[in-house]
Amino acid sequence: MVDLALIGVTKRFGRTTAVDDMSLSVNHGEFVVLLGPTGAGKTTTLRLIAGLERPSAGRVLIGGHDATSWTPAARDVAFVFQQYSLYPHLSVAENLAFPLQAPGRNVDPATIRRRVGDIAELLRISHKLDDPVTQLSGGEMQRVAIGRALVRQPAILLMDEPLSSLDAKLRDDLRIELKRIQTGLEATILYVTHDHAEALTLADRIGVLDRGRLVQIAEPREIYCRPKNLYVARRLGSPQINVLPADGIDFVAAPAGAAAMALRPEDIVIGGNGHRADLVRVERLGAETVLHVRFGAHDLRALLPPGSTLPEGDSVSLSIDNRAAHFFTADGERLEEACVS
Amino acid sequence: MAEIRVHNLLKRFGAFIAVKGVSLTVADGDFFVLLGPSGCGKTTTLRMIAGLEIPTEGEIRVGGEDVTFRRAAQRDIAFVFQLFALYPHMNVRDNLLFPLKAQGVARRERQARLAEVARLLRIDQILRRPVGGLSSGDRQRVALGRAIIRRPKAFLMDEPLGALDTEFRELMAEELRALHDRIAATTVYVTHDQTEAMAMATRIAVMDRGNVLQVGTPAEIYERPATRFVAGFVGTPVMNFLPVRLPVAAGTRRVVIDGAEVTVRPLREVPARGETVLGVRPEHVALADDGPLRGQIYGLEYMGARQIVTVETAAGHVKVRVPAGERLRIGENVGLRPDPSRAHLFDAATERALVMGNADG
Repeated sequence: MVDLALIGVTKRFGRTTAVDDMSLSVNHGEFVVLLGPTGAGKTTTLRLIAGLERPSAGRVLIGGHDATSWTPAARDVAFVFQQYSLYPHLSVAENLAFPLQAPGRNVDPATIRRRVGDIAELLRISHKLDDPVTQLSGGEMQRVAIGRALVRQPAILLMDEPLSSLDAKLRDDLRIELKRIQTGLEATILYVTHDHAEALTLADRIGVLDRGRLVQIAEPREIYCRPKNLYVARRLGSPQINVLPADGIDFVAAPAGAAAMALRPEDIVIGGNGHRADLVRVERLGAETVLHVRFGAHDLRALLPPGSTLPEGDSVSLSIDNRAAHFFTADGERLEEACVS
Repeated sequence: MAEIRVHNLLKRFGAFIAVKGVSLTVADGDFFVLLGPSGCGKTTTLRMIAGLEIPTEGEIRVGGEDVTFRRAAQRDIAFVFQLFALYPHMNVRDNLLFPLKAQGVARRERQARLAEVARLLRIDQILRRPVGGLSSGDRQRVALGRAIIRRPKAFLMDEPLGALDTEFRELMAEELRALHDRIAATTVYVTHDQTEAMAMATRIAVMDRGNVLQVGTPAEIYERPATRFVAGFVGTPVMNFLPVRLPVAAGTRRVVIDGAEVTVRPLREVPARGETVLGVRPEHVALADDGPLRGQIYGLEYMGARQIVTVETAAGHVKVRVPAGERLRIGENVGLRPDPSRAHLFDAATERALVMGNADG
């Protein structure tokens, strides 16, 4: 069941096209993440769905109905922002209850209490229900903000980088919680971020945006292993994928029509019986180590898995599984199937 | 370029002590990172080195000279701020030359240095462009160029990449470090981002609440953290910490975690009050059916080259790093085995890492 669909939606601001002929559907209970750098059109897309912007062209469907001209209130979507917006003079419980007390909702007090209790438990903030929100930590505040969006059981949840203002540890924890909550509630979520790790870990499907256009939408493993073009290949993965001319590595044969080859750092195997390359720098990142090597005329990043023995001296032996190389045309479009991982 | 020495540096703002007697030596050519959470005193320390704050107590030496009370402009140090403070009405070339004109450097010398900086930063082709139309990466390079062209004794940088998108930040970090390798400039760099610190630093000082907790190479900090705070601050996902409630004796090779016996290296000292915490990184825990700890898979995070599994155990959540290809599912029962040679014990009361012997004796 499709809960949300954009059909050929375009949004122009003066001469700038922020969203360009976008078609996208999000199924009931699905977690879709839109990934792209600043200015790719992520936030505008969310605002178009929420009804905070009107499209210049195209239609927005919610629950199968054309919602293009509906008011934000009529759309039954909830929005969670990067900066949590809570009522500072209210307690956690009062903040959570607030959306249910809006005039016209007619939710009875017993139901409100039950729903607030349930959501607080889900978000592990039951013990803080009576605290003023100003006494909460950043992570707790963001959980309350998410809880406030969930409590009224909206058809669709829109999230705009909701974790980006939190510190790394908290972000890691909340990411897992958010995914569990979404799965448990079968919530339909459209989430935008510029953080590829967040996209890979949260999404059922990732949509990659480039200057207002949806370039590719697919499951995380699919999009990582078979990026549709060079732009997508570069958006996902850390360290970033190596891109070099198609004939840049003499022992990896390029198919006809290939202009560029791309290699994931983890697909460059160091050690054993391979080809000689100069070792430029060893970057020890803790669990993993990145080797910067020079092979012929090209600088490459190779990722060593945890527990690897570090090479000594100023050269290494490298090999590449032929199937691991991605090839692209001069226009950057994908040529061959590839992916070993 | 020069060595920077900081001795017993203390900074008081009214009743609040931001920096509590910090001593550090930044060797000539070091890429030295001050790492810590916001409010740890790292930026205040940097600003005192720059001459933007006067220390309440202590001494600062640059290249052997006492500069503690010297004005910022007289320290011959370049400060690169977060974001790119460029003159918008000038082109790239004029932005770069500005500091030299202000110093009265001769025209010939100016041209020679401009050529050198343009080559180092690979910005030859944009010298005539107005800075307004540049990409953020090029703007950052020009801002750096303006610092380099003066040939200062040292560079100070305060989260210069903080405002960039994650992906772009990685590339700029790589470039900054490559630049450092080419010109071997003494650099003090402030960040709260441990990945950035690990990737760039020759040495790291980890700070918390006004104190330096540990100074070392990235590998030393990662492999032999001095305190639980350092252990938890460096590394992603963070180290797993599991409480050991039963007291441990010197020489012990086993600790009990929620009824299960976990093998560790022999303990060479005894914690003051008995309670300890076992710390083990996600890459040093193996999924093993016969492992001493058991739990249920709580979360799975696919990350392309890697995968993180969160396991709910009776002692708390444990994160395990596994290859991306391994297919697991939420709810699955698994056994966990921490690598005995890579597990740490911390004193629960003082948070200090306890001294341990080798795995084999």
